[in-house]
Amino acid sequence: MMSILVGLIILLSVIVLVQILRVNELVSEVKDQDPNEITDKDNNIQGILTFSIFGVLFLGFVIWQFKYWGVHILPPASSLHGATIDTLMNFTLGVILFVFFLTQPILAWFSLKYRGRKNAVAYYYPHNNKLEIIWTVVPTLVLTPLIIYGLNVWNDITSADTSNSKVIELYAKQFNWTARYAGDDNTLGKANYKLVEGLNVLGVDMEDDTAQDDIVTREVHLVVDKPVLLKMRSQDVIHSAFLPHFRVQMNCVPGMTTQFGFTPTQTTAEMKEQEGEDFDFVLLCNKICGAAHYNMKMKFIVETQEEYDAWIASQETLKNSLTLN
Amino acid sequence: MSEHHKETFLTKYIFSLDHKMIAKQFLITGMFMGVVGMLMSILFRLQLSNPGESFAVLEFFLGEKWAPGGVLDPNIYLALVTMHGTILIFWVLTAGLTGTFANFLIPLQIGARDMASAFMNMLSYWFFFAATIVLLCSLFVESGPAAAGWTIYPPLSALPQAIPGSGLGQDLWLIAITLFVVSSLLGGLNYIVTILNMRTKGMTMSRLPLTIWALLIVAILGVLSFPVLLSCALLLIFDRSFGTSFYLSDIIINGEALHNTGGSPILFEHLFWFLGHPEVYIILLPALGIVSEVISVNSRKPIFGYKAMVGALILIAFLSFVVWGHHMFITGMDPFLGSVFTFTTLLIAIPSAVKVFNYLATLWRANIRFTPAMLFAIGFVSTFITGGLTGIILGDSALDINVHDTYFVVGHFHIVMGLSAIYGMLAGVYHWFPKMYGRMMNKKLGYFHFWVTFISAYGVFFPMHFLGLAGLPRRYYTNSAFPMFDGLSDINEIITFFAIVGGLVQLLFIFNFFYSIFKGTKATENPWGSNTLEWTTPVERIHGNWPGEIPTVERWAYDYSKPGAEEDFVPQNVPLKEGETEH
Repeated sequence: MMSILVGLIILLSVIVLVQILRVNELVSEVKDQDPNEITDKDNNIQGILTFSIFGVLFLGFVIWQFKYWGVHILPPASSLHGATIDTLMNFTLGVILFVFFLTQPILAWFSLKYRGRKNAVAYYYPHNNKLEIIWTVVPTLVLTPLIIYGLNVWNDITSADTSNSKVIELYAKQFNWTARYAGDDNTLGKANYKLVEGLNVLGVDMEDDTAQDDIVTREVHLVVDKPVLLKMRSQDVIHSAFLPHFRVQMNCVPGMTTQFGFTPTQTTAEMKEQEGEDFDFVLLCNKICGAAHYNMKMKFIVETQEEYDAWIASQETLKNSLTLN
Repeated sequence: MSEHHKETFLTKYIFSLDHKMIAKQFLITGMFMGVVGMLMSILFRLQLSNPGESFAVLEFFLGEKWAPGGVLDPNIYLALVTMHGTILIFWVLTAGLTGTFANFLIPLQIGARDMASAFMNMLSYWFFFAATIVLLCSLFVESGPAAAGWTIYPPLSALPQAIPGSGLGQDLWLIAITLFVVSSLLGGLNYIVTILNMRTKGMTMSRLPLTIWALLIVAILGVLSFPVLLSCALLLIFDRSFGTSFYLSDIIINGEALHNTGGSPILFEHLFWFLGHPEVYIILLPALGIVSEVISVNSRKPIFGYKAMVGALILIAFLSFVVWGHHMFITGMDPFLGSVFTFTTLLIAIPSAVKVFNYLATLWRANIRFTPAMLFAIGFVSTFITGGLTGIILGDSALDINVHDTYFVVGHFHIVMGLSAIYGMLAGVYHWFPKMYGRMMNKKLGYFHFWVTFISAYGVFFPMHFLGLAGLPRRYYTNSAFPMFDGLSDINEIITFFAIVGGLVQLLFIFNFFYSIFKGTKATENPWGSNTLEWTTPVERIHGNWPGEIPTVERWAYDYSKPGAEEDFVPQNVPLKEGETEH
């Protein structure tokens, strides 16, 4: 409600302002001045305003935001590669902020310093090849390490050896997630969308030998410091499996399987100590998928090997739950 | 066409063949759509900062069905986001920006009486108008307008069962965009032919103003990329209506298993972004051209490094065709391709940096005249820097993993493409208004408009980077389902506050625009002391542009404050003096 009131007040002040300006225009007509000519006074005021607002207010606002909202930047990384992404991010942010705080003040300063005067003449300076080469080469030199560093991190993440990773399937549909553990053979049974029926919500082919030990769950438990390989499928539209704390994101695309491997490094219990009792690792959907897109989530729990073993032992295999019911 | 002829109301204002009138038609249609799109953003901002709260304004605009009790419906939230993006990207920043300034400036600045084909030009506007009508109609259909995002990724956009907006609303969207592509091709071909063939005597390519260079490159980009969007849309129409499986495979929707197999939504994404990324530069390049011109004129200095500016434009345009995959790093595309696209994407930073430094060098030791247009041009340089820099994070595939599709992206592209292009467009309107309407816009309102816009625009979009780095996904109806985002509500409130302020002040601009058309002070022939040819035409609009002979061009467009000249500008049609070198 508050924002509406504020909006109305602004609207009213705008109307008042317009009236004032119209009177202003009439006054200058009486005085036989051109109300729209840019005078030295205008240049002074606007030059000073440009400096104060571009150079002081805006940059001050940026610093203020970093001070008060900086805590929101990157929730604590809880995966092996997440830490390397964060180092790359901090390095890149550093470079970016350096260039930002170099160029924006120059823009503000030049606007003030070179504000026009009626009798002044600008300096005719159409080009300077040497300068232009410098500011082509310098950005290239700055970008080269950024590109190489970035590509290295990317290659490490995408080409990581996943042969020893525990395989878990994430299955997305409007508007929830289901998980499937591959069981002792660490191989997921084949699936076909035409087999989706009743309790077999993932369409697993129960004739397939590797499907016999598969376990379907509504939350995901992971063992700390043990690599996992998530394999994603979707039942209807594109979804995106986004795990911000693990720095993991991959689209779930109907008709194909995508995957992302990572290693969690902190247990939920440890994170609760750090971040408060309410903390939970959470899987979000990050590709527009329909009305309840904003509410499509699943809990991830990272725990010790013993806790995990106890939990997985308590889960029914898909085969059993299909035959029992 | 070569001389002014008698016009009726219908041929002068409605079915006009005059490029200047067609430009105004594009501008005013674009402005109207801009208001519609902006209003939509304010409506959904209210929901984002005050989720679930009741607002009379929502019920007023959306009615009892779409905002029951004044609370926005989640499907309509997505529809508003989709239509906001579609309208702003295509209707305002493509047609409104290029349509206006390409039509207005190309013949005037190259010294031609009109476009190569004036009739095709008129057709281009009327296809655009038809597209506008169809799109606006889609707002009123029973199941609501398209709601699958402006990128309309299938299967969401292909299946009415998945979201109501993918019913009739999506059909109308696709028809509108098809008409739009036709309009844009008719326009684009015309611009290219006109620039290449109809330059006046002496107007060599190396004397072209940077506005024309930018518009030429934009037209080439459009002609090469829009047909791909059209084919992409056509295949989607086939999937939606004729049972094909280009994009659909293995789908169960509402408990029903569809017959489609073998298709791939990834194919759609490739086709879409093959247009979609050049489209970003189709939006940005005209603004770069306009800003180059406005900064040079009001600095009273030649644009620094003309050749480098042209080269940078060409390089950016070329690179824009080989970077589309950076929208798809996490779609399951081969990671090696991701590496290639990271490399090409980050290369764009180099020509962009050259442009920024050249602008700064142009301002160095200038004699800056702060017209409202100049302020918007300086604002453009600021947003271009800010938004360009955050692109380095998004273009880096490894970093993109965690900020992809978050508010970081929303902040980035609104600053680098949205704000920059809008600033370029507004700079152009303020700058060429005297030539368009023969009157001046009110200077004080212009100043006020700029400062409130500048402050509120950064107030809206800069904080979004923090939301995104916190992991908040875009297109969420509310973030209250996730306790991890609870700390972000104050940021959302600040954003909405600035969005309302920034939105309202645009109404002031529109007031100034229409007020000045009728009541503004009379303009002189060349109020800014500019060099380009359009300022040699008379104040009164005539079809054919120059009453007598077309002027010939004797020099480049940027002889400002040239030593030895009597005034601080030397128009392009003034012959070189004895012993004077060109630059």
